[in-house]
Amino acid sequence: MDLRIVAAQTNPRLGDVQKNLAEHLERIEEAVRDGAHAIVFPELSLTGYFLKDQVFDLGLARDAKELEPLREASRSISIGFGFVERTHEGRFFNSWAWAEDGEIQGVHRKVHLVSYGMFDEARDFAAGEEFRPFASKLGRFGPLVCEDLWHMPSSYLHFLNDVDVLFVPSASPARGVEQTGEGLASKRTWSTLLTATALFTRTWVVYIGRVGWEDGIGFGGSTCVIDPTGNTVATLGELEPGCLEARLDSETLLRARVQTPLRRDEKPWILATGLAEHVPLLARMRDEVRREPQ
Amino acid sequence: MTKRSPLDVQPELVTDLLVSFLREEVGTAGMSRAIVGLSGGIDSAVSLALCARAFGPDEVLAVLLPYRTSNPDSEAHARVVAEALGTPTRKVDISRMADGLIEQEGLTDPTRRGNVMARCRMVVLYDLSVEWRGLVVGTSNKTEILLGYSTQWGDAAHAVNPLGDLYKHQVYQLARHLELPAEVIDKPPSADLFEGQTDEDELGFTYAQADELLYRMVDERVGPDALARAGFDQALIERVAGRIVANQFKRLPPVIAKLSRRTVSHDFRYMRDWQR
Repeated sequence: MDLRIVAAQTNPRLGDVQKNLAEHLERIEEAVRDGAHAIVFPELSLTGYFLKDQVFDLGLARDAKELEPLREASRSISIGFGFVERTHEGRFFNSWAWAEDGEIQGVHRKVHLVSYGMFDEARDFAAGEEFRPFASKLGRFGPLVCEDLWHMPSSYLHFLNDVDVLFVPSASPARGVEQTGEGLASKRTWSTLLTATALFTRTWVVYIGRVGWEDGIGFGGSTCVIDPTGNTVATLGELEPGCLEARLDSETLLRARVQTPLRRDEKPWILATGLAEHVPLLARMRDEVRREPQ
Repeated sequence: MTKRSPLDVQPELVTDLLVSFLREEVGTAGMSRAIVGLSGGIDSAVSLALCARAFGPDEVLAVLLPYRTSNPDSEAHARVVAEALGTPTRKVDISRMADGLIEQEGLTDPTRRGNVMARCRMVVLYDLSVEWRGLVVGTSNKTEILLGYSTQWGDAAHAVNPLGDLYKHQVYQLARHLELPAEVIDKPPSADLFEGQTDEDELGFTYAQADELLYRMVDERVGPDALARAGFDQALIERVAGRIVANQFKRLPPVIAKLSRRTVSHDFRYMRDWQR
């Protein structure tokens, strides 16, 4: 893998898919011109974030004609983008799609919907149920939408699946301006979390933030790329839109994993055994196995 | 004020955020100009200063709205602020307008008189906003919003508000950071609705007391028993908590009776920035 990516820190207009799509296509064209292999956009990049009843208005099937321009553009460059996915039986997901070679090759449905404080995602969205890597021609990519990253099993499963890059598209509100810290508290928290994830998983981590305001809630940008040893190699600011370019290579990945071979030394069966205490189904499975005549 | 407070914010960061907020939220309303009622006090001075940064001083109209009994210092201080910031000013004396009701109906109750004045000012600002082609930017801070220390449809009426999540203490911090004239920073806060009025006399406690208590109650969600154990005065806790609850109506749109399946403000759920 020797990948040139562009992370597009955009400011989607709330509920205006046409306008947002046009901006996606502009950014994509620039990235193609610059010779990038992939371009990635934030969470719900086609729609904006605080959608409420607009979730119903804006949901699109994976094969919707509205997404055709992105599928078409993906013949020139791989594209990760966020949209409201509507299923035929009437569920809506906060999804992040991977388009490549003219088709939507994979979709991650946000598992950990945020429904506390200012958030109310679980009221409007159905939750995804799995963490599966995208098997792109460019590499093995683990998508985690925003809050997904806060739950340890999410990145752990991608880690077990040997992903090369974790993509973390997000729409995180900027908050925490107290003088006890420097800069936005929300940015510091994300930075800690992303760095720790890179260290734990020994993978490249690409965080794609968004900017702009929706009814007084500002989004904190801070798109960044962190290498597999936890160094932030590129970053954008909190308030302005922009494009972050970075090169992600296998060699750095390999060196980091040789230096600290966490994946080699991982013992997932210990987790499986421990989980049996917390998940009744697993406990029953364990007992079944024990009853089998040896 | 050199003592550190848990309420201290990073004024530079807050300024950057609020300038970005003003540009975008005024922009989504299709405008790039603002209009602010400038009272001569600290809140409207900070609001005006933020607008001047966001849109450029020429794009922000500072409106002076004296009543015949207003303290002349208020207008003088407002002019000092507008001059320092380089914003154009407009003076509209609300005496005749307010007295049209006050004298006709013989209003003597200071609360009613004060409310009439505050609402007259709102009428003038919204009228001028058409001529100026700018959005009315608010000046209410978090302390007064939580305490309900404002007139509904009066000073509490505006389109966007950069100060609504800043306690009075933090407004002072911002005022110093924005280098506003000492006249507005050093004087005791007053609604100037009657002679000699000060906010703290009227409220019966100081902003410093209110801010510290509100911060614990609202931001940190500390309950009344824990606050009393931490040394806060029991009577003050009850008064402040009582005001928060009693004034919730001022913070919400009017109540609509639900009859249909889908009702505005209940389950017709769209943001203000819907497709903007």
